[in-house]
Amino acid sequence: MKARPIRRWLHDLAFGLSVIALVSPAALVFLWMLSLALKTEIDNVAFPPVFIPNPPTLDNFRAVFERNDFLNQTLNSVIVSFSATGIALLVGVPAGYGIAKMRAHKAAVLILIARITPGLSYLIPLFLLFQWIGLTGTIWPIVITHLVLTVPIAVWVMIGFFEGLPAELEEAALVDGATIWQAFRHVALPLARPGITVATILAFIFSWNNFIFAMVLAGRETRTLPVAVNNMLTFEQISWGPLSAAALLVTLPVVVLTLVAQKQIVAGLTQGGVKGG
Amino acid sequence: MPEGVTSAQAAALSGAAADKARRKRAYARHYWPFVVPAAVVVVAVIVFPWAFTLWMSLQEWQLGSGRSFVGLANYERLLTDARFHDSIWRTLYFTALAVIIPVVLGIAAAMAFNRKFPLRGLARTIFILPMMATPVAVALVWTMMFHPQLGVLNWILSQFGIPPSMWVYDQSTVIPTLVLVEVWHWTPLVMLLVLGGLASLPVDPYEAAKIDGATSWQAFRYITLPLLAPFIMVAVIIRTIDALKAFDTIYVITQGGPGTASETINIFLYLNAFAYYNMGYASAVVVVFFTLIIGLALLLLWSRERFKDNVR
Repeated sequence: MKARPIRRWLHDLAFGLSVIALVSPAALVFLWMLSLALKTEIDNVAFPPVFIPNPPTLDNFRAVFERNDFLNQTLNSVIVSFSATGIALLVGVPAGYGIAKMRAHKAAVLILIARITPGLSYLIPLFLLFQWIGLTGTIWPIVITHLVLTVPIAVWVMIGFFEGLPAELEEAALVDGATIWQAFRHVALPLARPGITVATILAFIFSWNNFIFAMVLAGRETRTLPVAVNNMLTFEQISWGPLSAAALLVTLPVVVLTLVAQKQIVAGLTQGGVKGG
Repeated sequence: MPEGVTSAQAAALSGAAADKARRKRAYARHYWPFVVPAAVVVVAVIVFPWAFTLWMSLQEWQLGSGRSFVGLANYERLLTDARFHDSIWRTLYFTALAVIIPVVLGIAAAMAFNRKFPLRGLARTIFILPMMATPVAVALVWTMMFHPQLGVLNWILSQFGIPPSMWVYDQSTVIPTLVLVEVWHWTPLVMLLVLGGLASLPVDPYEAAKIDGATSWQAFRYITLPLLAPFIMVAVIIRTIDALKAFDTIYVITQGGPGTASETINIFLYLNAFAYYNMGYASAVVVVFFTLIIGLALLLLWSRERFKDNVR
């Protein structure tokens, strides 16, 4: 009678420890990033390492904002991500609706192949194209290439969403004499708001996190944040504090977004993933 | 558009008596205007680059100097380019590790997160954070952690009495080290896919197994795993494609080095295009690389179908 609770207790303990083992790599890397960002340069290169910043300093963040044209690069990232997401929704939501209504699964396959193709393979022809039309050095090539990421994900999420909506309401509207545009605008679109939220969040994160397109296409004035932060490593090998502070600031918006909108992100990714197979 | 609308209305009015399925099909045609804007974008930024790449791969094209048609010469050069062949093997080695390890860990994590326990929501949120974080930002943190003298990882090793590793600074350890970052980054996605599968499993087989006295390992091995197989296959396919395409973390952490020890196909492609400006040759690499990715994806899909048949 007595052995049972103990066994159970041991079992729970083992389970708890394995959960901690699963979660801690994720937690520790982010905590270490925070620690590096809040410590002085002396503490950052100390060995054995200093773990808890004592006292924490904001000097690294100050250095980032002072030296690196950081605000301008933030603005670039915001412009690029917002434009690429906005355009993707503008063309992707109706497209998802049309494809779902027409049951055009071949179009969906095209979207899938676009997702499979490595980003670099779009970059070579588009790089040459932008040179010819003289767009190099402006922000537009970066926005346009980011459409390669945002349009397929928006269309993909919206197809799945519109296919799941009951058709009766729109059919009723059509029978009552609404045009298909009106049925879309006033019946389907309001119902699709949760789907649009998912598409927006995923498109924004994909664009914000993207590195390679801006790295190749951006000039000095049009660098986005991931490119700018990577350049800090190249030029300031051992300046770990400001580097971590910058890295933290770059990833902060998506981390916050993940915390706030976890449900939508998980739904979008698993739908995209499961249907992606 | 007006024309489509009026005929749609006409169809709607006369359709009351008509066969419903036929009416639906007649409707379907009128939805093409919705797709036009997206189609324009997709053709401009996706289909055009594909076609242009194919054409470019037949050219000798050094940026800055001229361009000339060379037929299949770029492909012939790829056949004999040892550096390219090495990059293929390296990519496959990296991919094999970066698929198997996250899938095994992801299944284990999904089994854990499928149970109820205190703070589960918080634990799951932290667990999926790596997947959403900006790859460049976390790659930089890993770079600092890998520092042979000052990095925190070697300090951790020393606490367990393990001699320090050179991590990404040695040819023999660089690929496994990059796989470590990839595993950290993408195990959460596998976990989510498998967790979705677990949520859809029926309860009856487990009750039957319990009555028959099966251990929990037997239930996992003979009930859960076979039922999860389709979801695991999806995770394997997605991981394979993503691992083949891995670029950001490899480029930021090693740029293909030391020497060429972590130069995967993607890095080789990048260097040819944007360091040596060899656009024709790089385009041929794109075509071969793309074929490889599609080929592996189709192979996995095909094995999934076969697997399904075998289970039935």
